[in-house]
Amino acid sequence: MARSETGVEHLLRRAGFGASQDDLKAFEDTSTSGVLQYLLDYERQPDDVDSKIGDPAYASINAGGGFSPNLNIEHARQRWLFRMVHSRRPLQEKMALFWHNHFATAYTKIAAAAGGAQATRMMASRSDELPGPQGQIELFRSMALGSFRDLLIEVAKDPAMLFWLDGRLNTRQRPQENFGREVMELFTFGIGHYNEFDVYAASRVFTGWNLRLVNRGNDANSYYEFIFNANQHDTGEKTFSFPVYSNGNRTIPARASSDGMQDGIDFITALATHPDTARRLARKMWDYFVSEVVEPDETTLRAAASAYLQTGTRIESIVHFMLRSREFQNPGNWRTRFSWPVEYVVRAVKEVGWAGFSVDTLRGPLTTMGQTLFEPPDVNGWELGPGWFTTGGMLARMNFAAQLAGNQRLNLVRAVGGSASSPESVLDFFLDRLSPAPFDQSARSELLTYLEAGGAWTGSDTQLRTKVAGLARLIVGAGEYQIV
Amino acid sequence: MPVTRRDFIRGGVAAFTVSFAAPAFLSDIARAQGARSRSLVVVYLGGGNDALNTVVPYQDQFYYSRRPTIAVPAGQVLQIGTDSGGRALGLHPRLTGLQGIFNEGRLAIVQRTGYQNSSRSHFQGSDIWGTANPSNSTTTGWLGRYLESVPKDALSGWATTREVPRALLSKEVSVPGIPDARGYVFATPNTAAEGLNERAAAQRIASHVAVDRPHLAFVNGTATGAFDTLDRVASVAAYNGTVAYPNNGFAIALRTVAGSIVRGTGTRVYWVQTGGYDTHATQGAQGGGAYGNLMGTLGDGLAAFYNDLRNQGLLSQTLVLQFSEFGRRIAENGSAGTDHGAAAVMMAMGGSVRGGIYGTAPLLNPDLNNPTLENNGTDVRYETDFRAVYARVLDNWLGAASPAILGGDFRTGAPPIV
Repeated sequence: MARSETGVEHLLRRAGFGASQDDLKAFEDTSTSGVLQYLLDYERQPDDVDSKIGDPAYASINAGGGFSPNLNIEHARQRWLFRMVHSRRPLQEKMALFWHNHFATAYTKIAAAAGGAQATRMMASRSDELPGPQGQIELFRSMALGSFRDLLIEVAKDPAMLFWLDGRLNTRQRPQENFGREVMELFTFGIGHYNEFDVYAASRVFTGWNLRLVNRGNDANSYYEFIFNANQHDTGEKTFSFPVYSNGNRTIPARASSDGMQDGIDFITALATHPDTARRLARKMWDYFVSEVVEPDETTLRAAASAYLQTGTRIESIVHFMLRSREFQNPGNWRTRFSWPVEYVVRAVKEVGWAGFSVDTLRGPLTTMGQTLFEPPDVNGWELGPGWFTTGGMLARMNFAAQLAGNQRLNLVRAVGGSASSPESVLDFFLDRLSPAPFDQSARSELLTYLEAGGAWTGSDTQLRTKVAGLARLIVGAGEYQIV
Repeated sequence: MPVTRRDFIRGGVAAFTVSFAAPAFLSDIARAQGARSRSLVVVYLGGGNDALNTVVPYQDQFYYSRRPTIAVPAGQVLQIGTDSGGRALGLHPRLTGLQGIFNEGRLAIVQRTGYQNSSRSHFQGSDIWGTANPSNSTTTGWLGRYLESVPKDALSGWATTREVPRALLSKEVSVPGIPDARGYVFATPNTAAEGLNERAAAQRIASHVAVDRPHLAFVNGTATGAFDTLDRVASVAAYNGTVAYPNNGFAIALRTVAGSIVRGTGTRVYWVQTGGYDTHATQGAQGGGAYGNLMGTLGDGLAAFYNDLRNQGLLSQTLVLQFSEFGRRIAENGSAGTDHGAAAVMMAMGGSVRGGIYGTAPLLNPDLNNPTLENNGTDVRYETDFRAVYARVLDNWLGAASPAILGGDFRTGAPPIV
């Protein structure tokens, strides 16, 4: 029997990265709302996924020269992919991925300025493993569902961001507009809500927000940390075209340089609590969790935005709203998202299998599909939805399916076991283990035809070894598997 | 709420899938007509090119006073003469190959191209250049609309990027994204013979009509597009060129384009992109540094491409058109970089190009009444509407009717670059 479309699986695909056989077993007797509660209250689950790295029961990593995910970007990528496959807190990783796209920061530019080890630290360091502040992705993980205002303040102070959008070079005499512009255009309310004069003023607001290098010259112990450099702060007043204060005042007052950091706090607070920021975040989360095909109605957007504003910019208010919404639960909206390459490969690994499979293998395919972690194409993030799907990108997905299926061939043969008696039973086995959107009858019969292409079904070892890999690649590489 | 690309594709899906259902012979006709005919190669500089350091007004004292760190010294520029206003101009010193092509009369430089109220946003700016529509940049692309006007074929357009740019977006034509022909193969976990069985099955599954699932139809359309182009692209994969191309993504993409032209795949429009132009900081002094490297990549890659096509005897049927989403501010900022500005230069290169300098350089005096500047003298004001250049290329190179494609008549005053 083909695996039926259940609310639990829908939830795990959207609020996580899909379900392995073990996940399905674990949730067998749990209701959809129980699983939702489990996913949302992830703080109750231990954050212990990193301790499983190296355990042969889990996907493996490639740690040539010793695994150092705080200093080596390829290792940092593996650690994050490993977490996505195995975390008991899938929503946390899913949100970290959301923020990684929202505050899209790319490693290469930082590495060119600060070196690879420091850049990796800024992107991904765990502060309990190395001295210095936590890396950007750990920041996203730790504040994933909290206050957006607080997250935005931390992002403005984040060493990776201060390198990425050149905040560290922003000076009183000649302000640098990169961060000042993008914090409005991309991180908060979006284009159409500010003008060029706002960009100048915003750049002046963040003068003095800078970095210092601690323990220079010693790679293991040196790190960048945020400082407010009062000498470089522009103390003059800054006037905007929109209200900065709740009384409607549009001007940040002139302040002594020692108090100058308050400019940025006031400004970020204004942006985070702006109704159009609320709306924009609600819209992005609709696309991320509910549908990229169906438009949200006005009431839904307004309700989600108002939940966010009423809770003092709590991100969880929007996430809860979306995952609990009728639209989310409506089966008509299932399978209406285009999976991101990372979502796709992680789900495929969870479903096809990972015994003896290294997450480092995902590196090349992900790049060809158009998504290298810690390397978004620009500050606008990735081109989502149909944007992922070009002929080259789709070919890369089909080829990744072939690679994974070949790698897991023997495990799949073993798993098929007694279901090898006929093409139908083999197909049913695979449609139960994997989770493509339903194939229509004609596509299903093509899969059966394939199993007997080149010779009638005998179930011989040779035939099985060939056809399980071929069938798995066809299912995982099909269009039906790409939509979640 | 702006319309996203996704909204657009949602609306266009039906038409999109129909184009793949067209009888195979139509594609063959298209191929026969397209083969060995003219092609357009767009070279897009992503991030907003600092055009004042590409084509340098090296006798303007304000160029030096407003760019104390990053100005290219007058003694280093590659002189290319003066424009119609008598302003002396020089190419960036790393563009030696382009200077040679300019001297042969095969490089056209159009100064101060842009549009009224230039967007300083990368994303809106690139969408405006992509759609050729400053007032609604969420429509189809200008090249996508051109491809709708010629016989349909799965390889009539070719983006060498992973994302297909807005300019090539169409409701009827799906343009493939193929950065390097060498990786564009259908892999199998089994023997080659079994791989053919898999390919046949995958192709048939993707070609089933997805009833009431337009987004699935869209995804399947990209798979079908891959199957329709695999064999032709494979013929390009072995192409090494008659010259040594530099070893970087930009040059490899150009070599791929050259291979496609040489093999006669019939592609009419190519899109090549090179990034890193968002030079907010430390863009380099004395013509060197980060911006110098960008110019080296650009100039060396284009020169290799030009020489390769000349050796192949295909130069006169190839037109390269270069632009970026905006120029940058005139004055450098405090971090020896430049922030987002307005007008910039476009260039055209090829065997049929009427080379030379079109338009006039800005005067960089930060006087509020300086008519060549805008935004209180901080940015360069456009002189030639970029759509006039598009119109010239559409009408005189591609043989199309530009008013229909551009949604307006921009032919008047178009620089006669081809």
